[in-house]
Amino acid sequence: MIGNDRLAVRKTYKLYVNGAFPRSESGRTYEATDAKGHFLANVAQASRKDARDAVVAARGAFPKWSAATAYNRGQVLYRVAEVMEGRHLQFCEEVAHGEGLSASKARAAVDAAIDRWVWYAGWTDKLAAVLGSANPVAGPYFDFSLPEPTGVVAVLAPQQSSLLGLVSVLAPVLATGSTAVVVTSKDRPIPAVTLAEVLATSDVPGGVVNLLTGDAGELGPWLAEHADVDAIDLTGAPAGRAMELEREAAGTIKRVIRPPATEPDWTADPGLSRMTPFLETKTVWHPMGV
Amino acid sequence: MTHVLDPDALPGATPAVHAPLPPYDDVTRSDSAFRGFLHGLPGVDQVGAEARVAQLGTRSIKTTSKAWAIDTAISMVDLTTLEGADTPGKVRSLAAKARQPDPSDPACPKVAAVCVYGDLAGVARDALAGTGIHVAAVATAFPSGRASRAVKIADVRDAVENGADEIDMVIDRGAFLTGRYLDVFEEIVAVKEACGDAHLKVILETGELKTLDNVRRASWIAMLAGGDFIKTSTGKVTPAATLPVGLVMLEAVRDFRIATGRQVGFKPAGGIKTTKDAVKHLVLINETAGPDWLDPDWFRFGASSLLNDLLLQRQKLRTGHYSGPDYVSVD
Repeated sequence: MIGNDRLAVRKTYKLYVNGAFPRSESGRTYEATDAKGHFLANVAQASRKDARDAVVAARGAFPKWSAATAYNRGQVLYRVAEVMEGRHLQFCEEVAHGEGLSASKARAAVDAAIDRWVWYAGWTDKLAAVLGSANPVAGPYFDFSLPEPTGVVAVLAPQQSSLLGLVSVLAPVLATGSTAVVVTSKDRPIPAVTLAEVLATSDVPGGVVNLLTGDAGELGPWLAEHADVDAIDLTGAPAGRAMELEREAAGTIKRVIRPPATEPDWTADPGLSRMTPFLETKTVWHPMGV
Repeated sequence: MTHVLDPDALPGATPAVHAPLPPYDDVTRSDSAFRGFLHGLPGVDQVGAEARVAQLGTRSIKTTSKAWAIDTAISMVDLTTLEGADTPGKVRSLAAKARQPDPSDPACPKVAAVCVYGDLAGVARDALAGTGIHVAAVATAFPSGRASRAVKIADVRDAVENGADEIDMVIDRGAFLTGRYLDVFEEIVAVKEACGDAHLKVILETGELKTLDNVRRASWIAMLAGGDFIKTSTGKVTPAATLPVGLVMLEAVRDFRIATGRQVGFKPAGGIKTTKDAVKHLVLINETAGPDWLDPDWFRFGASSLLNDLLLQRQKLRTGHYSGPDYVSVD
């Protein structure tokens, strides 16, 4: 055994794009600190070109992910919860450091985050039954409506709740069959980096989730204006800039989730409110009786 | 085969074949003389070639230079469809795209040519009438080139009669690799003659030639035989148009013009999919052969998916935000 004079391995984390862990194209990194300002790790600072590459990856992954059966998607999401469970202690430590929580509160947040994956995993094969409908129409048609995934969703993750908040905005995107480009909390990125390692070692196909550590204020406008992004969740947008981002998103008629005035209580039951914005309704008129 | 031991090859009995331009007018007098000439070409330093293109590839082309490069690259594209499933309808839609690559921006330049199989050249010619866009057709038993010379010549004549004004031929790689260089030369000469007024692009299929020395030799054979363009690949073999191969071929056309005064064009084809690849090629031309080649008459990209990426980048520069594949046509 080596004594206390062992040199610690300092971590320089990277982005998670297309199932791989690249450095930022810009070469930039920044220091992530704990709640008291002590150094935790170096983290890649994503640039607009990383966001561009992430959107290409998410678009490439969309056909297969959206065409997977709801049952299969549910299994994949459940598997994420399983792998997270195995890293429970690591998540607890990172959440406690990053958010300045007591051990018991950090533990409660991690438990809730894992439970949230399971909750959304259960929803995948129930959405069509709850949100779809057989429509009574005045004609010889069997007319029915089905929810379908919208496409590539850009997510500005919550700035405060680094794990539970992140999972609460990411899981509904995946559960509905869309693919995600996520900009993590700027000051509390470490749990998101670990979540990327969980996603890479679970069954989520590469490109379905892309996690960019960096500044939502810098990347947000590029994602909001990007013509190949179908929806944007502005939850983690910088204070006062949501309106501007929403206006930029309107140029390509994106689905938008507006940010709440203050960050919500993520432990509350989310209901369907974060899934329905990322669904498009397809209605089929099928001739019958002829 | 012109061979000293072949009685037909004795003086007086030799059919008059095309003689290369001076000072190379005597190098094809016999098989051994031609082999001696080709093997006497300076060897290619492969490591040096790779280092050179890697260094040129790092050059940063931004803003107005990038806009110029994208427009220039679009105007140099040979928009290509070479599939067994090609239909007249597909060729017409490709022709429409060639005329106006980006329907949302009339200022977008049109491409240089549409490249199809010979039997569809007539469809392309009718769809492109009056636009100034060339009709290129592949011929000579493309892509393998495995047919008798009579069949190849008939293939070329058919394509020209159908309306092609540029012919993309493949060399006989089997003959080249077994060292029958004069056969390769004579076949190109015969095809050139069958082309009439049509421009001849000679495909070396560099992916099958294996070494850069062979690429240099094949380039010289094609240029001596009267090819108007030398082209890297059919697009059916990997690797296709790599940058080191482009460097060697561009050096060949440069050296050939210095020696003979005749300029030969260059067309990389296959594997060029992104704007970045295209810009790297433009840099390579400018730095190797010179700006004289930065013109659709002397340089072409053989590509199908490249055009869409060029258009996306063009839209990004024009609008200031990233575009997506929904904003260009599906080919």
